[in-house]
Amino acid sequence: MHGFANPARFLRLARWITPLLLVVGGLVSAAALAWGLWRAPADYLQGDSVRILYLHVPAAWLGMWGWVAIAIASLAELVWRHPLAAIAARAAAAPGAFFTALCLITGSLWGRPAWGTWWVWDGRLTSMLVLLFLYFAYMALADAAERDGGGGSRLAAIFGLVGAVNIPIIHYSVLWWNSLHQPPSITMGKSAMSGEFLIPLLVATVGFSCLFGGVILARMRAILADQQAEARLRRKAMVRDEA
Amino acid sequence: MSAIKAKHQRLVLVLIALAALIGAGLLAAWALRNQASYFYVPSEFAAKPPELGRAVRLGGMVEGGSLKTEADGVTIRFVVGDGKARVPVTFKGIVPDLFKEGSGVVAEGKLGPNGTFVADNLLAKHDEKYVPREMKDMTAAQVKQTVAETK
Repeated sequence: MHGFANPARFLRLARWITPLLLVVGGLVSAAALAWGLWRAPADYLQGDSVRILYLHVPAAWLGMWGWVAIAIASLAELVWRHPLAAIAARAAAAPGAFFTALCLITGSLWGRPAWGTWWVWDGRLTSMLVLLFLYFAYMALADAAERDGGGGSRLAAIFGLVGAVNIPIIHYSVLWWNSLHQPPSITMGKSAMSGEFLIPLLVATVGFSCLFGGVILARMRAILADQQAEARLRRKAMVRDEA
Repeated sequence: MSAIKAKHQRLVLVLIALAALIGAGLLAAWALRNQASYFYVPSEFAAKPPELGRAVRLGGMVEGGSLKTEADGVTIRFVVGDGKARVPVTFKGIVPDLFKEGSGVVAEGKLGPNGTFVADNLLAKHDEKYVPREMKDMTAAQVKQTVAETK
């Protein structure tokens, strides 16, 4: 990993991986959504409203993986002082928050026809809402750290690690506590979901994951470019002062 | 040499902090295991009935054959069970689409004096199975056969 300690090397790779991920992710996601909306069958119980699954489930998974990415990058920043780790964590926050919000919105739209309510304060829904608020807090903290010259970046990393406690809580909320949300359909090597639903769902997940990765890389490049531009301005100002 | 040591020291510190944090989280979740539940199941109702008139939620399966409509046409009666205990429920109003016998339900309401739960809202709770309409009445073996035939 320390091969990428040099941002120039990372940038060389990211320059072509970013558009690749975005294009592949866009095509695969669109194909999977079209498959889910028109080709996949209706559920025996829920009918056509089940089709929101192809957006809701990948959004939920990526919302949670986004924080796992923040936690891993935070660990790398705190322990190994990896120069790109803080940038990666900051870059993952906004897309993670986006997918978490998408999961909450699609879940609410799905809850109305399936359960008869837009929202309940059960363990799963509440812990997912907490994740969204954690993202907001993390983004505010990381932005504040950036403004005062990166001094508070370690604080954001500690917050990133502490917030990871919520991830297993979200996962186990439907197993530990009675909840309106059903337990997971897909567990280690088993699926209570027919293949007709499962395959487009997995394809959609691959597509959205590529998009997610592409957006993170693009944001990392933007943050690096920002830092370089700022450093150059500062150098110029110093030269001017000396002259 | 000292740089490596500092790195290891940080790693150990962070790991200890993480272990403590996860332990605290698990303990909190364990302590919350009753309070954080969204509803009571019938066996909890039977073991420790809630005070009369206190708003609670009751969740379980709508027993097959128990669903009856009263003469007024809008009041329904059914029995919620969890395999160990059964609680009779009455409800007046519009039920969610997915509310049916043999399916999950969460009833919000109060326990009446005669042991009947008076619900003022019903939420349908479905399970984690997703099956196409055409296959809902088939067994796993039939599904396999149908798939083999259509290939």
